[in-house]
Amino acid sequence: MRRFFFYVVVTAAAFAAGVMLAPAAHATKIERVISPGGIEAWLVRESSVPLIAMDFAFKGGADQDPADKAGVSHLTTALLDDGAGDLDSAKFQRLLEEYAVELRFSTSRGHLRGSLRVLKERQERGFDLLRLALTAPRFETQELERTRAQVLAGLRRETTNPNQIASRTWWKTAFPGHPYGRPTNGSLDSVPQITVDDIKAYARRVLACDTLKVAVVGDIDAATLGPILDRVFGALPAKAELNPVPPATMQAIGRRIVVDLDVPQAVLALGGVGLARKDPDFMAAFVVNHILGGGSFSSRLYTEVREKRGLAYGVYSYLLPLDRAALVMAGTATNGERAAETLQIIESEMRKLAAEGPTAAELAKAKAFLKGSYPLRFDTSTKIAGQLLEIQIDDLGIDYINKRNAMIDAVTLADAKRVAKRLFSGEFLTTVVGRPKGIVGTEPGG
Amino acid sequence: MPIHRALTFATLLAATLAAATLTAAPPAAATPGPNVSYFKLSNGLEVVVIPDRRAPVITHMVWYKVGAADEPPGKSGIAHFLEHLMFKGTKKNPAGKFSKAIAALGGHENAFTSVDYTGYFQRTAREHLKMLMEFEADRMTGLVLTDAVVRPELNVVLEEENQRGSSPAAKLAKQMDAALYLNHPYGKPVIGWRHEIEKLTREDALAFYRRFYTPNNAVLVVAGDVTTEEVRKLAQATYGKIKPRAKITPRKRPQEPEQLAPRFIELADPRVAQPSLQRYYLVPSGATAKPGEAEALDVLAHILGGGATSRLHRALVVERSVAVSAGAWYSEAALDATRFSLSGTPKPGVSLRELEQAIDAVIGEVIARGVTADELKRAQNRLIADAVFALDNQATLARWYGVALTTGSSVERVNNWTDRIRAVTAEAVQQAARTWLDKRRSVTGYLVKDTASETDKRS
Repeated sequence: MRRFFFYVVVTAAAFAAGVMLAPAAHATKIERVISPGGIEAWLVRESSVPLIAMDFAFKGGADQDPADKAGVSHLTTALLDDGAGDLDSAKFQRLLEEYAVELRFSTSRGHLRGSLRVLKERQERGFDLLRLALTAPRFETQELERTRAQVLAGLRRETTNPNQIASRTWWKTAFPGHPYGRPTNGSLDSVPQITVDDIKAYARRVLACDTLKVAVVGDIDAATLGPILDRVFGALPAKAELNPVPPATMQAIGRRIVVDLDVPQAVLALGGVGLARKDPDFMAAFVVNHILGGGSFSSRLYTEVREKRGLAYGVYSYLLPLDRAALVMAGTATNGERAAETLQIIESEMRKLAAEGPTAAELAKAKAFLKGSYPLRFDTSTKIAGQLLEIQIDDLGIDYINKRNAMIDAVTLADAKRVAKRLFSGEFLTTVVGRPKGIVGTEPGG
Repeated sequence: MPIHRALTFATLLAATLAAATLTAAPPAAATPGPNVSYFKLSNGLEVVVIPDRRAPVITHMVWYKVGAADEPPGKSGIAHFLEHLMFKGTKKNPAGKFSKAIAALGGHENAFTSVDYTGYFQRTAREHLKMLMEFEADRMTGLVLTDAVVRPELNVVLEEENQRGSSPAAKLAKQMDAALYLNHPYGKPVIGWRHEIEKLTREDALAFYRRFYTPNNAVLVVAGDVTTEEVRKLAQATYGKIKPRAKITPRKRPQEPEQLAPRFIELADPRVAQPSLQRYYLVPSGATAKPGEAEALDVLAHILGGGATSRLHRALVVERSVAVSAGAWYSEAALDATRFSLSGTPKPGVSLRELEQAIDAVIGEVIARGVTADELKRAQNRLIADAVFALDNQATLARWYGVALTTGSSVERVNNWTDRIRAVTAEAVQQAARTWLDKRRSVTGYLVKDTASETDKRS
């Protein structure tokens, strides 16, 4: 297939000096823009769609929540577009709608992320509303109470949702006492405790220039973007005040917890120790995981669990490299009557892969898939902005897009075998929710 | 997600295409407009080409004008089951060969079924289009099924039914659809009723396949880094060789009688931890509405329940503080009369009855006094902007045109959607509310906790 290239130029204070790394019909240029005030953004110029997409992130998500107040970061993201500066919530929301400005905030364990989508002709208004949301959020009591009620309604729904129970139980058991053990959106106990002061303190500590990463895709040039970056983000504090998050060591490895719930399917969630994003073997692990349970209709788990036996609609595994813990996760939802058989198949496929490794043919196919599917992550401005942001968060370098497929190619069969052993020969922590016939927990479920 | 009429059969591309299909958003389209072309092959296959030269990838879709509403009585779920079985191979390309070929290229593939259509798609680098067409054309008429592959797949579908259909909210939605439609097959779940799915056979699937899978009942949509001429040439060389194998007559499903009485459903389940209510109205679809009416309903849904500035949110969540959330949706894309839905989640201490009265008061207000010029303008701006945002995504555009051509709309109607939305007047919105938000044409559903059965279990 035709190769797929991004090339990189560096633009400092609206001065553009480009280095084209690769000639290609579809080469896309990534510019490193440094604003006059020193804020960096990665920019891809795209003029064929009248849309500006800006994605950004600050370090410090739910891992910054106070121990007894899980959900602060999540509530904050819901309140950032709920009134700012001179605009109360209603006025702010009306302007967003009138100018069709899409402003979204979200939180994960390690980051607060945001995205702005705006029509080019209304970009000034979009950037201005974003500036207000980040630098002058009102965080008023009335809006907090309204949002809190919404979050609590969602949390009540989660209490009887088997997927949520499986996930919460898994994290709580794997990381007791660590921020990773606490749910990102909080709990029915913690959310009522959160005050406006908690929200303000979190926003003040986290929304700062030194951890900010920005990606922009649209019909805008570096000279125009530089001053905009200063306008939008420039008033934020220079330095974040993050509470250090200790390394998280996974607990309860080898344990199996069954939570009783009267539902037709049993939800299985498995997790074990994985590889860090910076681990030299990460790419090998990525390929090996694809062979076991990655996203295609030909993984080992898909073939054995779904295709041959019809035990489940979906079955998956994935790597989850967090800042302070590296994990590999797997799961499915299967008929309660046949849950034991399904779990046994998943575990034996893992052990088999650990013992024998993949075949050379499987390795070749997985590499071909992963390389070939990469361009599908870059076919819209919105997706490109998302990719550029994640590459910055993972600190992979501005030329990563051009190197990535060669890194996959470099994975040898010996690498794959070694990493398969590393990933899948150990024990997992398993949570099962439902009425799984024949699965007995190693302890009473919670 | 508001609407769950369409089903996807696996979770690849969930974030873009599949999720969007599940949402069944109204077929908005594009102001500046992608440069779309449309033509027909001599065997009746319709073709839509949506050029998008930004990245060297393509989205290839084949849509059949058949869905759950076209199933024979007693065979609910066969359209969706067949969708699964379409991955089981042909004489020329035995089971797994197509999927393996796509995986070898790093392509993505999936399929989906709704009440009105069934679709199959792949996304790959541009140069594989011919290969995709060869495979897809081959399975248009060449499917081979054995009991050995059919039986496990039926279990997969039953697990899918468990996964999608067993939550209390999903159970309520199924009961409400069945109550909304007194006569029309839209009242059946797309995935089928479980007792009927269990009895579906290889022969049922093949009979349905032979009757509906034929080029003269299909639409090919190709979006991405291609030209119309390339697509025409390749389509002619692949799909063009398939002879029509069934006569296709207009889809005339049993229609709704005059609806005379509001219906009410209360679904009690021990797993309901948060009560909520839904209201469905039977309203015209894009295909059955008088000119301007569907567009007015689109605007009405947005003004009533589209986000934080909507009437329902302002009145119920902000001002009266009786609800945690409230919203409205209109599912325009359907061949026959469709659904306008409202939903609300009460604040603790507020009964569903009180919430329902508050919702009715908001609707009553719109019927009595109409909407303001300001509201109308904001809603139009927002809806039109959504169409421009969609230009960013070739897969979304491909889906819109596919939905349009399989639900009685046309390329032209998609292309002039923004003009039609712009032409909506405040009077038309008020008239649409007055005519169609008539409780006699509605079903209201309460989702409540079943405390009785919980007590039973303890004793």
